[in-house]
Amino acid sequence: MTNLTGTEQIIEIAYLIATALFILSLKWLSSPTTARRGVFAGELGMLLAIVGTLLHHGIVEYKWILIALVLGTIIGVPLGEVAMTAVPQRTALSHAFGALCVTLVGTAEFYLRTPDVPRFMMGVLSLEVILGSLTFTGSLMAAGKLQEILPQRPITYKGQNIVNLGLLGVAIAVAGMLVAHPEKAQFFPLIVGIPLLFGVMMIIPIGGADMPTVISLLNSYAGLSAAAMGFVLDSKLLIIAGALDGASGLILSVNMSKAMNRSFSNVLFGAFGQEHTAAAGQQEARPVRSATPEEAAAILAAANKVVIVPGYGMAVAQAQHKVRELYDALTKRGVDVKFGIHPVAGRMPGHMNVLLAEADIPYDKLLDMEEINGDFPQTDVALVIGANDVTNPAARTDAASPIFGMPILDVDKARTVMVIKRSMAAGFAGIDNPLYYLSRTLMLFGDARSFVGSIVRELGGGHE
Amino acid sequence: MKLDLLTSLYVFMLAAFIGFEVIRRVSPLLHTPLMSLTNALDAIAVVGAIILAGEHHAHGAMLAKVLGTIAIVAATSNIVGGFLITDRMLRMFKASGPKKP
Repeated sequence: MTNLTGTEQIIEIAYLIATALFILSLKWLSSPTTARRGVFAGELGMLLAIVGTLLHHGIVEYKWILIALVLGTIIGVPLGEVAMTAVPQRTALSHAFGALCVTLVGTAEFYLRTPDVPRFMMGVLSLEVILGSLTFTGSLMAAGKLQEILPQRPITYKGQNIVNLGLLGVAIAVAGMLVAHPEKAQFFPLIVGIPLLFGVMMIIPIGGADMPTVISLLNSYAGLSAAAMGFVLDSKLLIIAGALDGASGLILSVNMSKAMNRSFSNVLFGAFGQEHTAAAGQQEARPVRSATPEEAAAILAAANKVVIVPGYGMAVAQAQHKVRELYDALTKRGVDVKFGIHPVAGRMPGHMNVLLAEADIPYDKLLDMEEINGDFPQTDVALVIGANDVTNPAARTDAASPIFGMPILDVDKARTVMVIKRSMAAGFAGIDNPLYYLSRTLMLFGDARSFVGSIVRELGGGHE
Repeated sequence: MKLDLLTSLYVFMLAAFIGFEVIRRVSPLLHTPLMSLTNALDAIAVVGAIILAGEHHAHGAMLAKVLGTIAIVAATSNIVGGFLITDRMLRMFKASGPKKP
């Protein structure tokens, strides 16, 4: 090992401490009680790493670095202050920024090093820019869909998978050629341009309900591309941060896929919506029982144990604060109220928890699917607000159902089920929900926010 | 393959294992803050961009400066925005109990 100068030693030690702080940061995130300490550790690590880097003797010009740091801060602050409902698109956008950074650095590194790029270096460099550029456009597309600038409906056409895989195949083939002949720099733009196109094509067939999986997957790609950049720059810190991010994205993607009983390839190449549009049409008019806010309030007030199951519909209707009032009104009457949260509820992993925490609902009342499912048989009322497919018992019983095998919240095992829903229209997957026709189910037709508001008024009126 | 590349592969492998073990323990409750935090940490790529933009290059200096500067802007916005929103989210998670604001 070559001897390091004094400054270099300081920089390397700063990086070493930063690495430890990053790992601690994620470790402390495991529990809500230590999580904020985790953010602090991450910030401190980042500060050390950046200050250390600025000491780097090779840096001859600081003007543009400082301007860029200031500009990035100016852009970053509003991105840190978006509404909680907009967190999924903000996250997608930040994956795009991360990928942009990696792709630009990779591109510059190639042109600075060409024509003598060692084989292994060219390989990781290709990986870096391919993953980076497809994540860049893919994340922008996902953000556009989530922000509803782009149509959320999956767009599919015949031979789509062949076109997409073909594009990726060509990019990989060009990368392979560059590894063999790194001096052929004129081909380099292809391994940036083709993945940019692939990123767009990859997201076009993906619908709103698949966004949690896709965001996680893009998160993983962003991490892996940063790790590849670490190999190119020989930065252990970057390799470790990228590996941590990649691992995190991968774990979340696997969780999301499992929660939908689908494989990765099925999410990416399946285009869920199209197969079932036909099934939605043949819905017959079966009788359902409905109830008024007064009746619903009376049943809830008489219950001992209530489980509320929120879905993305609750967030769309901005009903979370009314739900909090309902929680308060029932808790005051001595009713035990808990929330059952499906892993894919919302538009990204954990989204529903953040929305309910924002409405001041204590986190120990928010239980995930595995924790809550055993409770339903002892539950007096399961109140479903804006969720549909994640409560569909057909996933357990009907082998012909497109969602058969998907783990669901067993709300149908509660003594009474109440479902707040605007109309009898089918959910994202376009599948009819047999839950609505059970004799123990009461349909509460109306807008989630105003309906919950009416129930709260009824409960308040009876009490004071 | 050079020795330092092999060392880098070891580092990557060990970091991936640590990542899996540490992140598996994060409660589903905090999966959204987890993603925004890892995103901010991932923006450590800024160190590469800083060196790219600031170092002296015999040729391709303009390219390095322009791409490096844009890359710093992108990464910095992730660092600032990512930490800010993670902390904002985590502040909202409160346990039920006697202490009320």
